[in-house]
Amino acid sequence: MRELIRAAYVIGRRDFTATVFSRSFLLFLLGPLFPVLMILVFGGIGSRVTSEAERPVIAVAMTADDFARLRDAHNQVAGAFAGAPMVTLERVEPQADGNALQRRLLVRQKPPVLGVLDGSLAAPRFVGAVNADGTTLRQLRFLIDQARLAETSAKPGGRPLLVTLTGRSAGSLSTARALTARAGQAILFLLTILLAGMLLSQLIEEKSNKVIEILAAAVPVDAIFVGKLFAMLMMSLLGIAVWATAGAAAIAIYATHGVGSLPPPAVGWPIFLILVFIYFAMSYLLIGSAFLGIGAQASTVREVQTLSMPVTMAQVVIFAFASAAVGQSDSFAGIAAAAFPLSSPFAMIARAAESPEIWPHLVAIVWQALWVALILRLAARLFRRSVLNSGPRRKWWRFRKASPSSALAR
Amino acid sequence: MLHQAQIPEGATYAVETCDLVKDFGETRAVDGVSLRVPYGSIYGVLGPNGAGKTTMLRILLGIIDPTSGTRCLLGRDQPIRAAREVGYLPEERGLYPSMQCRDAIGFMGALRGLPLKEGRKRADVLMAGHGLSDWTRKPVRALSKGMAQTVQLLGTIVHNPRLIVLDEPFSGLDAINQGKLEALIRREAEGGATIIFSTHVIAHAERLCQRIAIIADGKVAFEGEVDEARNRLRPIVRLKTRAEDGPWRAAIPASARRDGREWTFELPESGPEPLLEALIEGGAGIETLAIERPGLHDAFVAIAGDSAARAMGRDSVEEE
Repeated sequence: MRELIRAAYVIGRRDFTATVFSRSFLLFLLGPLFPVLMILVFGGIGSRVTSEAERPVIAVAMTADDFARLRDAHNQVAGAFAGAPMVTLERVEPQADGNALQRRLLVRQKPPVLGVLDGSLAAPRFVGAVNADGTTLRQLRFLIDQARLAETSAKPGGRPLLVTLTGRSAGSLSTARALTARAGQAILFLLTILLAGMLLSQLIEEKSNKVIEILAAAVPVDAIFVGKLFAMLMMSLLGIAVWATAGAAAIAIYATHGVGSLPPPAVGWPIFLILVFIYFAMSYLLIGSAFLGIGAQASTVREVQTLSMPVTMAQVVIFAFASAAVGQSDSFAGIAAAAFPLSSPFAMIARAAESPEIWPHLVAIVWQALWVALILRLAARLFRRSVLNSGPRRKWWRFRKASPSSALAR
Repeated sequence: MLHQAQIPEGATYAVETCDLVKDFGETRAVDGVSLRVPYGSIYGVLGPNGAGKTTMLRILLGIIDPTSGTRCLLGRDQPIRAAREVGYLPEERGLYPSMQCRDAIGFMGALRGLPLKEGRKRADVLMAGHGLSDWTRKPVRALSKGMAQTVQLLGTIVHNPRLIVLDEPFSGLDAINQGKLEALIRREAEGGATIIFSTHVIAHAERLCQRIAIIADGKVAFEGEVDEARNRLRPIVRLKTRAEDGPWRAAIPASARRDGREWTFELPESGPEPLLEALIEGGAGIETLAIERPGLHDAFVAIAGDSAARAMGRDSVEEE
């Protein structure tokens, strides 16, 4: 094991310095900064993202008749503006102690409630954590007006909606955390898709200039793979450090309260950021080791380019799988996304945003590390067999028989 | 001398293989190869292109696994475990083009366990010793083919390996560099290293090797000392007489080739004395007489057959 780590270090050091001390690395660093530059110029993307929340649930503690009218109004409006995000109404039985009911509902988790609408259609009251001029209140006022119209067939009367704003509710927190979860996933996905794809072509250089035979004779093939994988991870982290600094500067400039204005994740910012770092590394290592193994089979740059499209599509599918589990991390889909090794880092970062428990992350990290080792081992074995011709004779995607002269010459 | 090779107590052979077989699809590239390479020897693997030399060396080094059979390298069944004590120059040379020469040599040493810093220091010394001190900090891509080959060779020995495996090391080198390489091989062997090299140029093997293996069609046609191979053939007698005919003709074997008054034939089993006696007493009038020991090339033809000798090509005798 020590020898493997030593050999991997030698390979990784060469790859890292060869990449980082090349002119093209500057372009690599600058490239992703262009979108950040666009944000700086045009601004506001972050704030738009935060306003487009998931559909908030409003608990309606009114009589069955009032609720029915509200629901009818909701159905009419939702039908007229199909596809537009609308508040969801959920009726709860009014109770004698309205304040106690409000408090209970505002901390309820399943499903989390953004606010409580009670009183009656004639004198409605709203308590919740919403923006005073936001979409949720505008929709509520409009629905109440529509419900009153249906009742009177005349100009709506009654008292205006009495609004009491609270700092936080389970619904607002849930919405914010879902946003953080999606943002975390999107960042992980973007970084992984940007950076892991490079691993497809990592062995092309060694194969084309015949260095691979020197490496294969001197160190275990596993060490070559581990070295290359970690060298690229280190290079990616270096890039991320640069980009993150630029990104933080953009947030500090455009968000009113800087980084602190972002919705807080369930595990808290420090742990969340550590987990983002760890899960990026794990997702990079998991997807990267698979890419390295697939790319090692390719003989030419053209083959790598051909492979990159299906590989990117596979990444998108994995991301879609993981993002489907946002907001339902304990559901079958959520657990499946967390258990499937390639989607696990994405699913787990979403969980970190939504759920405060730490132990599932420890389990997930060990689980993902095991899969990294397993995929690397398989990739190295496949490489020995199909490229070095040390074993069964067929390439896994080709049906042409290998010949002694073709071994390593590719 | 940079290295002090140590031979494990009781160990005789640096490399031992037993019945190695390697199949690629329907093709058997290596067919039951058994070799023993003594510690400290220079060992040549001779054979035409496609005979299986490179595949056999790759198996020895653990780059590929055999279909069947066993190999033992410096006392280890798994060649990769002996990697730190082995230097390997592959047939297809490979270096990172953007690396500086001293870094390339240092990197090759580091792969075999030598600290990078020490490897760079040694690279400076080795390159200076080969008249390349002006090139130490130049990238590999700036070198000529011959220089790049020298750099790779230096990378092969920078960590003072106990076993040096060279696959067609002379190919692509001019006569001067071939001479330098021969000298380097001898120096390493004198320092205690075991050298195995493959070649299809018999002259190199004849000059350098104590032992050889002749490989044809993946099989070992001969394995032993160079003298042993040459001794398989009778010495050749080249005789020119003044007399056209006479009783001395009875001493000439029936298989002798005649060209006027010149005769070429294998020395009879009875040796040169009875032949000389018969020629003198019979009044042959010896104008010239030469008894030549057969060369390794003649032995190769006799052992591997004409077809293998033809496959070796013209440069197998004349050097590149």
